[in-house]
Amino acid sequence: MLRADAVSFGYGDSGFLLSDASVDITPGSLTGLLGPNGCGKTTLLKLLCGVLRPRTGRVTLGERPLAAMTRRELARHIAVVPQETHPAFEYSVTEMVMMGRHPHLGVFQLEGPADFEAAHEALDATGTAHLAARNYMTLSGGEKQRVIIASALAQATEILLLDEPTASLDLGYQLEVAGLLARLNRDRKVTMVLATHDLNLAASLCDRLVVMREGLVLAQGPTSDVLTGAMVRRLYDVDADVQFHQRAGHLTVVPVGRST
Amino acid sequence: MMPAAATTPRPQGGIQVRLTAILLGYGALAAAVCVLAPLVGSTHISLARAFDRSIPFADNVDAQIFFVARMPRVLSGAVVGATLATAGVVMQALLRNPLATPFTLGVSAGAALGAILVITFGATVTIGVLSPVPVASLAGALLAAAIVYALATRPGRTMSTAVLLLAGVTLNSFFSALILFVQYMADFTQTYRTVRWLMGDLDVGSFEPIVASLPLVLLAFAMFAVLPRSLNLLSVGADTASTRGVDVARTQRLAFLSSSLATSAAVSLAGPIGFVGIVVPHLVRLMVGVDHRLVLPASALFGAAFLVGCDLVARTVLAPVEVPVGVVTALLGGPFFLWLLVRKS
Repeated sequence: MLRADAVSFGYGDSGFLLSDASVDITPGSLTGLLGPNGCGKTTLLKLLCGVLRPRTGRVTLGERPLAAMTRRELARHIAVVPQETHPAFEYSVTEMVMMGRHPHLGVFQLEGPADFEAAHEALDATGTAHLAARNYMTLSGGEKQRVIIASALAQATEILLLDEPTASLDLGYQLEVAGLLARLNRDRKVTMVLATHDLNLAASLCDRLVVMREGLVLAQGPTSDVLTGAMVRRLYDVDADVQFHQRAGHLTVVPVGRST
Repeated sequence: MMPAAATTPRPQGGIQVRLTAILLGYGALAAAVCVLAPLVGSTHISLARAFDRSIPFADNVDAQIFFVARMPRVLSGAVVGATLATAGVVMQALLRNPLATPFTLGVSAGAALGAILVITFGATVTIGVLSPVPVASLAGALLAAAIVYALATRPGRTMSTAVLLLAGVTLNSFFSALILFVQYMADFTQTYRTVRWLMGDLDVGSFEPIVASLPLVLLAFAMFAVLPRSLNLLSVGADTASTRGVDVARTQRLAFLSSSLATSAAVSLAGPIGFVGIVVPHLVRLMVGVDHRLVLPASALFGAAFLVGCDLVARTVLAPVEVPVGVVTALLGGPFFLWLLVRKS
């Protein structure tokens, strides 16, 4: 269980970006993190993976506070897929994916058969094995995002945090990445937290939702309970029809207009 | 949309093989250049005779020219070349900027200010075998590094590369202004000595200055040795590196300190020889790829061979007149780099 317990965070004296947030991420769940721009989704993700340390409260993995764990130790449990990745040099896809093995290797240790097997599996799982020898910089947005997911999978963690992984992708790639995440959650039992602006993506993928506004967690619970027209209005000041779609098999959100 | 995994190529192992090949290949190149370079000069000498132990050293003119007259210069070229090239690699990864050089953060300007103060005002401070100018340039370099480090670090926080760059560039300008001010007060002879120092010179005269620089150089290389995989991740992004298990704050500090120490040692030994720290890393990346586990050792060995080779050209092409080695590094390295770039693309 990954748990944020009454955590608050802010930079310097500029006030809190996140206040008194408590979130439980249960093993095997796929949790969506929803809210308007600047509501604190990315800050919460960074606190959950230990990149940021809370000013008050604490984040625990099992019974252990993240603050008591080394970066290497944390990286063996929690992997992160950022919204975009821009390397300074022209790494190949294989090199990018093998970087996921970093927390499993000693300082002077070179990759061995087990590391290559983990990379093979990650490339296969994300459908990027045919890109292995390609320069990462030359890939399309969708290919890049799948390679970064492969790198996170090669890290072989039980928890995967994703920050708007489909934000820069066209509809086809969005569905492709969504299908990949659903399979990984279902088949590999990877616990996932997905920050997104895409309410329909969240509705189709997530079994739980955490909704945030202005640094506060407004509600959390099963998707069907949390994702309502009233909640969409409260979050975005938008009137929307939220209905179960028979063919899609999940709730869908159709924005109608700005609420008055 | 996703192709079948069964028909796709697999990533292969082989980092061990590539690393071994690079150490052997580039090591052989560096060794060959260092052995052959002392054979070339105004007096022709024989390699066999220089290593002929049946002739007493006092009677073996070839051995004396090889080991006493020419080898110190070759070794200083090797040490400086290896050090500046490797420091360039580390600085480019730290700043996530392929255009960074070992001199970007003000270390060479600090060294130059120290050297010029001594040249102009004639201070006589020495440490052991080191004469005043290297001592002052080392002190200036370390002072510049310490100022930038203090400005860019906060306890428990990662370094801001933007602050690092701005602090370094500002310090470069500040020290350059001080250098101009000191030069304004200097006489003709002092200004000439200053300009010659700024051009860089590998003719250190004996082995002693090289030996004196070794503790700093070895300390820097010991730090470089633990960095390569972390530098790969750091060059992808600080947050990504952190979530893949890199202690970013520690890695940044180690990278900054090691490259600053290495650059300080190299500049105090031979002056600020430009171009090596940027062209060698890029040449090496074009040849071996961008993985820092390969780029760092290859740059050290190729940097050594490159600078010794450039110095060989510098002292022979217009003999008996010597061309400043910094001019040669740019004149030879630039077109070679462009050729590799065009060939690669």
